Amino acid sequence: MALKMVKGSIDRMFDKNLQDLVRGIRNHKEDEAKYISQCIDEIKQELKQDNIAVKANAVCKLTYLQMLGYDISWAAFNIIEVMSASKFTFKRIGYLAASQCFHEGTDVIMLTTNQIRKDLSSPNQYDTGVALTGLSCFVTPDLARDLANDIMTLMSHTKPYIRKKAVLIMYKVFLKYPESLRPAFPRLKEKLEDPDPGVQSAAVNVICELARRNPKNYLSLAPLFFKLMTSSTNNWVLIKIIKLFGALTPLEPRLGKKLIEPLTNLIHSTSAMSLLYECVNTVIAVLISLSSGMPNHSASIQLCVQKLRILIEDSDQNLKYLGLLAMSKILKTHPKSVQSHKDLILQCLDDKDESIRLRALDLLYGMVSKKNLMEIVKKLMIHVDKAEGTTYRDELLTKIIDICSQSNYQYITNFEWYISILVELTRLEGTRHGHLIAAQMLDVAIRVKAIRKFAVSQMAMLLDNAHLLASNTQRNGICEVLYAAAWICGEFSEHLEEANQTLEAMLRPKVTTLPGHIQAVYVQNMVKLYASILQQKEQAGDKEAAQEITQLMIERLPQFVQSADLEVQERASCILQLIKYIQKLQAKEVPVAEEVIALFAGELNPVAPKAQKKVPVPEGLDLDAWINEPPSDSESEDEKPKTIFHEEEQRHSRHRQPEIDEEELARRREARKQEQANNPFYIKSSPSPQKRYQDTPGVEHIPVVQIDLSVPLKVPGMPMSDQYVKLEEERRHKQKLEKDKKKKKQKKEKRGKHHRHNSLHTESEEDIAPAHHVDIITEEMPENALPSDEDDKDPNDPYRALDIDLDKPLADSEKLPVQRHRNVETLKSPDSEAALVEKKSKKPKKKEKKHKEKERDKGKKKEKEKKVVEEEEEEEEKKGEDLDFWLSTAPAPAPAPQAQSEPALGAAVVAEPQEVKKEEREERDDEEEEDEGKKSSKHKKKKHKKEKEEKSKDKKKSKKKSHHSEEEPPESVQNGTLEDEPLPPMSSYRLLAENPFIKMTYDIQGNLQNDSQVTVSVIFENKSTSFLKSMELNVLDSLNTKMLRPEGSSVHDGIPVPFQLPPGISNEAQFVFTLQSIIMAQKLKGTLSFIVKNDEGSTHEKLDFKLHFSCASYLITTPCYSDAFAKLLESGDLHMSSIKVDGISISFQHLLAKICFHHHFSVVERVDSCASMYSRSIQGHHVCLLVKKGENSVSIDGKCNDSTLLSNLLDEMKETLSKC
Amino acid sequence: MINAILVFNNHGKPRLVRFYQHLAEEAQQQIIRDTFHLVLKRDDHICNFLECGSLFGGSDYKLIYRHYATLYFVFCVDSSESELGILDLIQVFVETLDKCFENVCELDLIFHMDKVHHILQEMVIGGMVLETNMNEIVAQVEAQGKLEKAEGGLSAAPSRAVSAVKNINLPEIPRNINIGDINIKVPNLSQFM
Repeated sequence: MALKMVKGSIDRMFDKNLQDLVRGIRNHKEDEAKYISQCIDEIKQELKQDNIAVKANAVCKLTYLQMLGYDISWAAFNIIEVMSASKFTFKRIGYLAASQCFHEGTDVIMLTTNQIRKDLSSPNQYDTGVALTGLSCFVTPDLARDLANDIMTLMSHTKPYIRKKAVLIMYKVFLKYPESLRPAFPRLKEKLEDPDPGVQSAAVNVICELARRNPKNYLSLAPLFFKLMTSSTNNWVLIKIIKLFGALTPLEPRLGKKLIEPLTNLIHSTSAMSLLYECVNTVIAVLISLSSGMPNHSASIQLCVQKLRILIEDSDQNLKYLGLLAMSKILKTHPKSVQSHKDLILQCLDDKDESIRLRALDLLYGMVSKKNLMEIVKKLMIHVDKAEGTTYRDELLTKIIDICSQSNYQYITNFEWYISILVELTRLEGTRHGHLIAAQMLDVAIRVKAIRKFAVSQMAMLLDNAHLLASNTQRNGICEVLYAAAWICGEFSEHLEEANQTLEAMLRPKVTTLPGHIQAVYVQNMVKLYASILQQKEQAGDKEAAQEITQLMIERLPQFVQSADLEVQERASCILQLIKYIQKLQAKEVPVAEEVIALFAGELNPVAPKAQKKVPVPEGLDLDAWINEPPSDSESEDEKPKTIFHEEEQRHSRHRQPEIDEEELARRREARKQEQANNPFYIKSSPSPQKRYQDTPGVEHIPVVQIDLSVPLKVPGMPMSDQYVKLEEERRHKQKLEKDKKKKKQKKEKRGKHHRHNSLHTESEEDIAPAHHVDIITEEMPENALPSDEDDKDPNDPYRALDIDLDKPLADSEKLPVQRHRNVETLKSPDSEAALVEKKSKKPKKKEKKHKEKERDKGKKKEKEKKVVEEEEEEEEKKGEDLDFWLSTAPAPAPAPQAQSEPALGAAVVAEPQEVKKEEREERDDEEEEDEGKKSSKHKKKKHKKEKEEKSKDKKKSKKKSHHSEEEPPESVQNGTLEDEPLPPMSSYRLLAENPFIKMTYDIQGNLQNDSQVTVSVIFENKSTSFLKSMELNVLDSLNTKMLRPEGSSVHDGIPVPFQLPPGISNEAQFVFTLQSIIMAQKLKGTLSFIVKNDEGSTHEKLDFKLHFSCASYLITTPCYSDAFAKLLESGDLHMSSIKVDGISISFQHLLAKICFHHHFSVVERVDSCASMYSRSIQGHHVCLLVKKGENSVSIDGKCNDSTLLSNLLDEMKETLSKC
Repeated sequence: MINAILVFNNHGKPRLVRFYQHLAEEAQQQIIRDTFHLVLKRDDHICNFLECGSLFGGSDYKLIYRHYATLYFVFCVDSSESELGILDLIQVFVETLDKCFENVCELDLIFHMDKVHHILQEMVIGGMVLETNMNEIVAQVEAQGKLEKAEGGLSAAPSRAVSAVKNINLPEIPRNINIGDINIKVPNLSQFM
């Protein structure tokens, strides 16, 4: 016993700490692994001890070993023990280890929930901080669900240090538990305006990250971000915001227009390169989104290109790299502005930095045109020769092919040149892109008919020189081109001049060293060749030669029959038998050529890669149904492939070359003759094409200095693409001369009439006629191919779960789970919650469906149904409205809200843009109506219009409301409703007064900025056929309630309404009233005076009214979190009162909606048929309600600071409810 | 988002490894090796950005690194980060280390990996940049250091014990004791007992 104790204390004494461990490892370089396993044993011993300091020390060492690649997950439980130590020192070690090795698969992680919760609420901010940091690395869906509420509370912590961490971690929580996004978002949004710049930056960071994945949901935040962008001085924040705008502009071009100016200013003013670069990037994004028809932005493009040029020319390689990167973005939409910097970009190809070279290559890809393709490719070919290292060379090779083949060979004017380039590329040793070259050869030979003859001759040459290529027989090596060569020579053997020679080349013994799939193609195609030779000889009556060739085949084929590759073996033995049979027939002197050639009749057409997928299933065909009852013995039906070929041919005949007029043909023929004369490759017999070339008469056109001597030695007979470049220049020169001649002629004719700009040197791309008339056969698609590709989206994208509409008001079912005692029933299982989300995410689809339905059912027109649909549409519209408004105003940074918050300037303020907006909408409505209303009667139309108008009023109202302040929830209308249950239309506008001329409806809203003011919005509707003008509104002030009049006017003066009303038009004006007490409802008498003007003259009219200020109109819809609500109720300084209303038949859902809408409440929490609600008066009274629904009755318990206010409110509520 | 932060020396020995998405230790080591080989073959005077292809399982990722004396600081980031911004951040990180360790060198990182992690955690959490102001970072690190000191620190107990041992003139303590059978291997101990 004593020994054990002593041993324990000695263990403690000799504990290695981290430093000792590191030192030990450094001292054991030779047997490091052994030493470490020893240390791990020690650590295991240490972990068994009770002393937490020892454990912490051990865990700290484990963290170090983890870095070296040792799995430490076995210590997960000990790590948790250390995490839960009370001392910060140990706790920090534990959390660090956890953050390094915990993940979703760690099973003990579920034990940490309570510990983490405890740490999060620790009074020591560093305990909280450490827990948050750790959590950020290992949060799991379970932890996220359980802790979301705690972290959300921390977002409002007093210490900015905690706030900013909590804000950042919310992003991780959203990722793991998407349901938390909507409940937490309002608070996150608040943090954008946090007084601490760090917190603000964190919030920007999180929202940017969210918005990057699903930008459309965050468009409505654009005004807020715009404000931040113009006010913030923190470059980190600015960069993030500017990047965010870059993601948003593609969705909303108007936003781009607004951004251009401030961004250009920033570009001019900032000294930070990082900011400058991001600004340029976003301006580019804006320009891309505006690319259609915005010519006046060329200045911005120029600015960007100019700045980027400065970056690229900078000696700092980083700036150079980024400059090229951004340049490639401009290239997509404004290629012209980039092309002028071609020199600079070609220069970058020589850079010693591979990243920069690759970027420059990318740029070149987009810069090619018909005019410069040959030149650029020539430069690239030089680089291919110079390139060190196969990676970069392979990259160059793929780029060359990409550049040439892009958009269906759009820029290639001379396919002979391209084939030569491909053949030249086969000289690259050690490339891994043989298959790429092969694919190009096949594609070009198949799709460009005119080139086949040339292609075949080149391929025959390749086959002849196969020994040079076959040295590298690795898969995807350069030998792959032989696959293409063999196929092309076989398939188009009719173009082959010396088929015999080629056939012999294919039968060489060396061929058997090639990979199997190439040999197989060889075997198959040598029969095609054989067939065509046979036919040729038979036609010539040269029977001996025909037999000779048969004999050759029979002699050589056995080497393939012995092949180890099954495919080769099978084909070869099959063909050998066939040829033996032919030999027999030949011996009997039977002509066989026709029959043999018939084996390969028909033409193969290219088929688009997705063609098969796009074949539509014919109507009435059920592919899963049995055609016959499942038979006992399966019999395979013979299919006849021939019919396929037949069809193909028919279709092919549609691609006939367009008719060309005589003159053009003659000109082309001339050009081609010239070219063929200069082209060495048409005269195969010449031993040295180069010599021959120099002998041709065209030689004096070629400046001697241009001959590129750096080109390495060629394989004899191999083409030189460079010559094409010269030929092309020559050709173009000739073309130009011809054209100029023509022009001159025209000029002569037109001289005197027309002064024309001489366009000698502005030859545009279109002027370059291709050297060959090529018919690029397009890839075939089945008829009635399905148009859209739906398979592009990745269903497994983790960010898709965060595609959540944030503008919709919170439903009361959306709550962050709060820790409760187990007996609370409402605790949901994760399954049901998941189902909820699914339901939600399905929603938009449903909407769409309804929309479609609407279109379909236009004829039927069930009013009711339509209403519902419109309601939903409106909801969508509203969402965008704030943004619309913001975007439609002049580019002042903070536009609309001011107009509202300065009522003192005049009692009635109607922002003009709104008026315009409204007219617009009405126009739109009218159009819509015309669309739909064709079948409906006029009467219906009118009714419909009225409805719409009223709705647009609603919309306007809600819009105005939301201008009061940005924190206010978007609208109260839908508050407390489940989205899938449509509500009947509601309007808060009540009738004020009406006569034959005019109808007034009004609504009262509390003013957030001022605790003793309310705004009365009155809609004036002209019902007559006359013009109404000089309207003036006056009320008789009471002691308590007074209308706010412009300074200097007396209490008896009326306030002029700031507009006139043409017949049938309505408009809205606002009047501000000041109040002293708000605990009672008020009534004010008033008069509207106006002049009615029509053809007969004008009359003065008056209309009296009574303005009713209900207590509800003093309430402002204020959201309240359940924790705050509970505290409020507990505080005990509220008076209580209750009512009960019988005979309620509407659903609880609608009931809540009504209270929310008419009485300005918001739902705090809802459980079954019971809900708590909250609102606040403009003077700060809290009003809490508990609404319970019985069988046919509703009881409402209310609590409020002021008992009179409460009882008045409840009375009003009773009245509303009794109407239900 | 930052996907990973790696610090390794000119020989590819890791000095700090921080992945913000879970990877098995083996995969981590493989990435460190690959990254090292990618970075190693680049001169000091070429650009600090590197497309790492599918190394991190997505083409969106980019390596941004800086080379200081014997150490490479490599950040793997996606397209939402500003390239130049991250370069600045690396600079801030190194300057902060310099301030916290007083003339930082590789040895500081080797022996105080935990402290380096703690400094990093004040700059970047969960792959998102938390703070870029050096003074603020240093202040928070120092505050936590003070708190640790007040608690006596981790090494307090063992080192005190060791110093006590030293004070009683214990003849050379063998460095590597196999704790398992202590009686056999350490004969000197009898003296102490």
